[in-house]
Amino acid sequence: MKLSEVVEKLSLDVKTVDDGLQKEVTGVYVSDLLSDVMANAKDGNIWITLQTHMNIVAVAGLKNLAGIIIVNNRQPEKEINEKAESEKITIMTTSLPAFEVAGELYKMLT
Amino acid sequence: MSLNTDKTIEGSFQLIGGDFSIAGESSAQLKKILTDLGVEEDIIRRASIATFEAEMNVIIYAAAGTLNYTITPEQIRIVIVDMGPGIKDIDQAMQEGFSTAPDWVREMGWGAGMGLPNIKKNSDEFKLDSVVGEGTTVEMAINLP
Repeated sequence: MKLSEVVEKLSLDVKTVDDGLQKEVTGVYVSDLLSDVMANAKDGNIWITLQTHMNIVAVAGLKNLAGIIIVNNRQPEKEINEKAESEKITIMTTSLPAFEVAGELYKMLT
Repeated sequence: MSLNTDKTIEGSFQLIGGDFSIAGESSAQLKKILTDLGVEEDIIRRASIATFEAEMNVIIYAAAGTLNYTITPEQIRIVIVDMGPGIKDIDQAMQEGFSTAPDWVREMGWGAGMGLPNIKKNSDEFKLDSVVGEGTTVEMAINLP
């Protein structure tokens, strides 16, 4: 499944790197602990989190994640979006909480 | 030998305590060097995770530190020396879930007590030396096939 299908289904707001939406999604990882994501997320995963600070971009880049969905209507600062653009990390936001996003994605991916 | 060079490659990065905006840059650069050398993906992944965690430890706890890497056809060796508070009880620090990070660091999603265990898990060799009041040295090596 492509990231663009996820964006459409969940009506996500794409903040950065529109052309990353062609990426193939391999799965989903939900966590707000960055070391946990580093240890356990897999290549091509979507990462669901409420974290919005700069380090999420570096973690997503290091793990070759398909993109980050920031939940609960939290918004990343401008400089985080700029960093994500330069590192080619797609950031999406939604007003939905993590549980609902994960639930929808679970249905889509299984 | 899997590298597309038989030379030893060395370098270092300076780390500044408290500067979260540069977190992950050393590991990203090392990742690029390893990719250019043709190192296999799984090894790059392990080296990147271990390096990122070690970087974070310097940024969270120390005033400053240096990350040195040496890449030979046999292994990737990374040594991080910091000028930090040191670790009182190394066995305790190695326990998954144990952390002395302040609340604001935990709110960022760091300080979950996974850093040192993650480094150890991703390394073939791991050594931690620390003197309270002076600093900590983490040495790790990942073997190349």
